Amino acid sequence: MMQEGLDDGPDFLSEEDRGPRAVNVDLQTDATLQVDISDALSERDKVKFTVHTKSTLPNFKQNEFSVVRQHEEFIWLHDSFVENEDYAGYIIPPAPPRPDFDASREKLQKLGEGEGSMTKEEFTKMKQELEAEYLAIFKKTVAMHEVFLCRVAAHPVLRKDLNFHVFLEYNQDLSVRGKNKKEKLEDFFKNVVKSADGVLVAGVKDVDDFFEHEKTFLLEYHNRVKDASAKSDKMIRSHKSAADDINRIASSLYTLGTQDSTDLCKFFLKVSELFEKTRKIEARVAADEDLKLADLLKYYLRESQAAKDLLYRRSRALVDYENANKALDKARAKNRDVLQAETSQQLCCHKFEKISESAKQELIDFKTRRVAAFRKNLVELAELELKHAKGNLQLLQSCLGVLKGNT
Amino acid sequence: MCLSSSEPASLPAEDISTNSNGPKQDLLFDEDPEDLFAEATEEVSLDSPERDLLLSDGPSPAITPITPPTSVITPCIGHSLLRIKFEQFQTCFLQIEEEEGGDLFDMNISVSDPEKVGDGMNAYMAYKVTTKTSMSVFKRTEFSVKRRFSDFLGLHSKLASKYLHVGYIVPPAPEKSIVGMTKVKVGKEDQSSNEFVEKRRSALERYLMRTVKHPVLLKDPDVLQFLESSDLPRAVSTQALSSAGLLRMVNKAADAVNKMTIKMNESDAWFEEKQQHFENLDVQLRKLHASVESLVCHRKELSVNTAQFAKSAAMLGNSEDHTALSRALSQLAEVEEKIDQLHQDQANADFYLFSELLGDYVRLITAVKGVFDHRMKTWQKWQDSQMLLQKKREAEAKLQFTNKPDKLQQAKDEIKELEGKVQQGERDFEQISKTIRKEVSRFEKDRVKDFKTIIIKYLESLVQTQQQLIKYWEAFLPEAKAIS
Repeated sequence: MMQEGLDDGPDFLSEEDRGPRAVNVDLQTDATLQVDISDALSERDKVKFTVHTKSTLPNFKQNEFSVVRQHEEFIWLHDSFVENEDYAGYIIPPAPPRPDFDASREKLQKLGEGEGSMTKEEFTKMKQELEAEYLAIFKKTVAMHEVFLCRVAAHPVLRKDLNFHVFLEYNQDLSVRGKNKKEKLEDFFKNVVKSADGVLVAGVKDVDDFFEHEKTFLLEYHNRVKDASAKSDKMIRSHKSAADDINRIASSLYTLGTQDSTDLCKFFLKVSELFEKTRKIEARVAADEDLKLADLLKYYLRESQAAKDLLYRRSRALVDYENANKALDKARAKNRDVLQAETSQQLCCHKFEKISESAKQELIDFKTRRVAAFRKNLVELAELELKHAKGNLQLLQSCLGVLKGNT
Repeated sequence: MCLSSSEPASLPAEDISTNSNGPKQDLLFDEDPEDLFAEATEEVSLDSPERDLLLSDGPSPAITPITPPTSVITPCIGHSLLRIKFEQFQTCFLQIEEEEGGDLFDMNISVSDPEKVGDGMNAYMAYKVTTKTSMSVFKRTEFSVKRRFSDFLGLHSKLASKYLHVGYIVPPAPEKSIVGMTKVKVGKEDQSSNEFVEKRRSALERYLMRTVKHPVLLKDPDVLQFLESSDLPRAVSTQALSSAGLLRMVNKAADAVNKMTIKMNESDAWFEEKQQHFENLDVQLRKLHASVESLVCHRKELSVNTAQFAKSAAMLGNSEDHTALSRALSQLAEVEEKIDQLHQDQANADFYLFSELLGDYVRLITAVKGVFDHRMKTWQKWQDSQMLLQKKREAEAKLQFTNKPDKLQQAKDEIKELEGKVQQGERDFEQISKTIRKEVSRFEKDRVKDFKTIIIKYLESLVQTQQQLIKYWEAFLPEAKAIS
């Protein structure tokens, strides 16, 4: 689980961490294509992921191979899926969030600047903690990038995508640069149009009960997951702050213990030791809640958005289809460009039906995945909470036993 | 032979003459060579009867001149003298030395039932002070009185003026809070003003218990009156902005300056060591207190955030269309709601047990440091007398060679007086040193006991929280597993 302190060098993954983690989703790993992130390196301003593939598919030159990829290349892959018309009928696995070590780096820097103002023990302690925090963020970002790849690898259609294979196999830099200002602006406008459209499209009542239900459901669900995600983050932050306070209390008690000349010195030292241990557990509780609850909610926030996007694309296709129908009627009435209108209408119809068909399956799968992921994480959350509470209890009781015995 | 026992309703400054150490008092008490205070002198200021730490002095004109060693002056001079019954007073001092062999300490004081009396800015909270005891110094075994906050401050003020400057560590009273009290007066019946009242109630209770645990203070007539008598004259000069309050502030400032100028030759390493010890303790306790206060704050925050998350999880559960998952999410919401209450309770324990213990001791140590300061001042007084005596002797020696028999006689008289004063000064210094040693030993014993007892109680509260957490999560786990 969480290691505290750095391993040598910025390579954070130990042997036990290798192998598919897929923390937030329950995926069938399939021998024909297995992808995982076997290693990762954190450098100044980037993270280098080692993407490791094992495959029996004939598409690849070897059965097992690895390449090094950076975050921008994951985004490029994701965007290529989104922009691909053929994939309009699928829930595109959400892109992993950008690795964000800024806050952690800032804290480490502040610590370095404040080194003179604290005792050596305090400094070492704080340094260890900040490093542990950095490590935790690092592990999370690795997990999230891995989940994205696993989702793609598990998808019957997306796993065959050419860009995906290039991503996995091509062992040179893909030379994908991050979007420049112009492209970012384009994206912004696209999103504005999309949400404006989305409002129009959402107003269109769907004939199909299934999709009508899904639309209502997803809209509400997405908003509530957003809220739950934000609230869980706040809760976990308070928890971390409390654990930090306990850390400071332990230090103060230790100093008091070394200074006191009465019976209290042994007492304080024992209590200080206790709080040192309990606060580590409290920090773990917060970290586990973060992993099992907060990350779960964040992931389904992104996935539900991807599902919403699918519904949007379908609605868009429906609108196009209906417009094509109208155009065809008009053309027939005027008896002009009928063939053109017919072809156009057929295309729209075909597109719409294709999307509808795959969308239905995707949404059903989404539900299955969601339920499985929640189940897994809630069970693990409860088990970890129990484990930590029992650990805490045991520490407290044994310390109390000693303290009461001595008084 | 007693002074008038009719008690004036207010605290009349005019009743106290500058000569309260005059001949009247000689007749009050039997000589008792065992009496600790047999030859204590008392400094009396001209004005306020509510003297707080009277520190700005020197050879003040109000200081009584040498009293013949046969007269017995108690340090309890002041207005309170007018109220007490002397037999009681006498016995209480006789008992000081017998404290080990005397009554076992068996007393419990509770402060309860805060009740708002009056309206608007004149309103105040009245608290019920209930004493349960089997000790012989009390007439009954269980009794209650109604007291308001200024009564407690008044009690402390009296005790401080009687005992601090002879070396007793008088527990400080809880702090005033203009903001807190204004809210209560204005009539805000909200959570924060309820919390304020509870904080204060708890602090008053701890204050009284600490005061009566002190073997000397317990027997003090003011303490007894406070606990027992249904009528208590209002202590008016405890208001922060009263003239007495201002005098206190001036005195404190003057004291700070004086402290810097006194350079004492410490012949006794024990005192130096102890002073350093209390300095260090002060620093560390303040630091620890700050961390614990931060913990209380974050724990309260955690409770609030957990409650909000619980609501959010319930909403999520409502919109989830898979039935089993929906139910599990609702259960999660319920668990989190219970946990938020748990955090709230734990935050209270953090505060009332741990944080208040530290706050009390930070204030107590200020009182301890004050007592050491008094010793320095006593030493200074002694030294000043000695220097003055030296000067007078030199002057007298010079006068020997002049033909001024009157002046010479005067000089000789003055010298005789000063000699007595010097002796008194030395005795005072030895006395206060002796008292402080005893007090510090008692204080440290109490400190050890207090910290051990309360911290153990606090750890037990942590145990309870964890046990509850286990219960809640154990109940939830099967629900989570039931999702299919």
